[in-house]
Amino acid sequence: MNPLPRWAELGLIPLMNLTLAFLVSGLVVWLIGEDPLRALSVMLQGAFVFDGGLGYTLYYTTNFIFTGLAVSIAFQAMLFNIGGEGQAYLGGLGAVLVCLALDAVLPGIVVIPLAIIAAAAFGAAWASIPGYLQAYRGSHVVITTIMFNFIAAGLMVSLLAGPLQRAGQSSPQTREIGEAGQLPFLHDIWRGLGFEATTTPLNLAFPLALLACLGVWLLIWRTRWGYALRALGHSELAAEYAGIPVRRMIVMAMMISGALAGCMAVNEILGAQHKMVLNFTSGYGFTGIAVALMGRNHPVGIILASLLFGALYQGGAELDFEFKTITREMVLMIQGLIILFSGALALMFVPWLSRRLA
Amino acid sequence: MEWILSVIPVLDATLRLATPLILCAMAGLVSERSGIIDIGLEGKMLAAAFTAAALATLTGNPWAGLAAAMGVGLMLSLIHGFACITHKGEQIISGVAINILASGLTVVVGIALFVQGGQTPILGREERFGPITLPGAETLGGVPLLGPIYADLISGHTVPVYMALAVVPLIWWMLYRTTFGLRLRAVGEMPAAVDSAGVSVVWLRYRGVMIAGLLCGIAGTYLSTAHGAGFVREMSAGKGFIALAAMIFGKWRPWPVLFACLLFGFLEAGAARLQGVELPLVGEAPVELILVLPYVATVILLAGFFGRAIPPRALGTPYTKER
Repeated sequence: MNPLPRWAELGLIPLMNLTLAFLVSGLVVWLIGEDPLRALSVMLQGAFVFDGGLGYTLYYTTNFIFTGLAVSIAFQAMLFNIGGEGQAYLGGLGAVLVCLALDAVLPGIVVIPLAIIAAAAFGAAWASIPGYLQAYRGSHVVITTIMFNFIAAGLMVSLLAGPLQRAGQSSPQTREIGEAGQLPFLHDIWRGLGFEATTTPLNLAFPLALLACLGVWLLIWRTRWGYALRALGHSELAAEYAGIPVRRMIVMAMMISGALAGCMAVNEILGAQHKMVLNFTSGYGFTGIAVALMGRNHPVGIILASLLFGALYQGGAELDFEFKTITREMVLMIQGLIILFSGALALMFVPWLSRRLA
Repeated sequence: MEWILSVIPVLDATLRLATPLILCAMAGLVSERSGIIDIGLEGKMLAAAFTAAALATLTGNPWAGLAAAMGVGLMLSLIHGFACITHKGEQIISGVAINILASGLTVVVGIALFVQGGQTPILGREERFGPITLPGAETLGGVPLLGPIYADLISGHTVPVYMALAVVPLIWWMLYRTTFGLRLRAVGEMPAAVDSAGVSVVWLRYRGVMIAGLLCGIAGTYLSTAHGAGFVREMSAGKGFIALAAMIFGKWRPWPVLFACLLFGFLEAGAARLQGVELPLVGEAPVELILVLPYVATVILLAGFFGRAIPPRALGTPYTKER
């Protein structure tokens, strides 16, 4: 079988897979008695055209960039980190603890960086255990990260319904964090500059996410460490032979991955919600897997894929308003199909296409 | 003697809670023994739960629900097989896709069919699997000790519970006493050897995932038409992953996996009992923390701190015939 030309591998194949996922989704929409083309146009308008739509889209995009980067950096070392959900949850714990402790005594310029560092550190710490167990004890990181998602969920339920619960309330959430712990909204900044802006949850975490992309790109493709990581991903034996400390690299890769997942909480807690509620991660960690797959583990690809999923989420919310029988779960289904066709069945068209192009 | 009688309700609840775990864990076991990782147990069970409840409502017959649910489980496992066996796709990604697909699709179809926010209508008595009283349960109930154990613990369960209990010896017999089982285990360890013996690796693995799909179908049916009375969104609630943990905890062997499922079911039953109970020294029972014990135990086992859980050797690697 001939290898495919680059444009086909990077452009055509992902496009074909994505198209197939959307065709099947359209079929389901048609089967439940709605008009797929109208649904598509409502989604696109809701995501990009309607007032505030773009802001919401980019706000969701921010979450996906962080969790997508998290999955991708572990994947460079051939590690499947499907614990983004739990790591983001713990990251939220780090951020909210810093804010609850310091928001009344210190100014934002101190609290916010500390909270971001805490989010990353807690996420990294939570990911370091599966990383360590994979590297030194040989337990499969996929299974341990799944288990750690559930352990994190149990831990957070008991914390949010216990010591962290807002005084005098029965719902499992923390108290609102003070202004010193809140990242500025972009609409506020925009208005400060004299422009008009619709109120959306888009906040400074978005540029932070873009910076993280740049950071990951530099780290993976422009440093010795990144080279070692990629070498490890291609062949552990060769890496070992070349003198790369494989085990330490595995733990470090998982920690960076966890730190990035933890930073998702920066967008949600410091940026948008200003408190921690139960299940605030709501599946973003899992979507990170789809984002990394679609984005081919490259930061630029991840930004594009995050934008796609951000638009899906925001457009899905719009579907909820416009159609009686379509809800947000439609987006979940589309996401599942995208993971299936662009991930598990990614190579389906390759033999056929390479025969065509030969 | 008294304490035994007071333990019976907990053991009874254990069996009820362990049933979906047993079925799913056996499903995972067969699939993984053939070399195919199955983290899509959760999604297959969820989709099956919806199908069973929907068909039971529409036809008024739980058996129709069971048949359809097994069909859906089979279909999803064939998708998994198509991706992982035929196209050599990543098995974990395919599993994740099935889980997400199921949690979206069940609600989408549920709303389209029943317009109740993704639930199915509540099932009536005739539409569910009712408890079966085993012969002699009432007459023997008066016998001290053994009577209550037989009447309350062993008798009075629904069909899927007994199916789960029957599945374990069946799987054991299939794996260790039939040619098919021998080949299935071999294909999970060293597919090249099976291939060179002239037996199809692909067809063996397909049969492995298909059995898994059927078993997940029964597990889902149990959730919505025997244990519960209708489908509620996300009703599988992580049970597929606990089953996965139990399968690892039982080291991919039927009897130990059964015990792991019963143990995890017992933890869940115990946690439910302890809800809001004040314990000496610790205060209010940390129910959430008890519920994560299966996961913690599995992590510790996997780390090799007690015993060693060694997965089938070819697990997760697609087989490529040499050319």
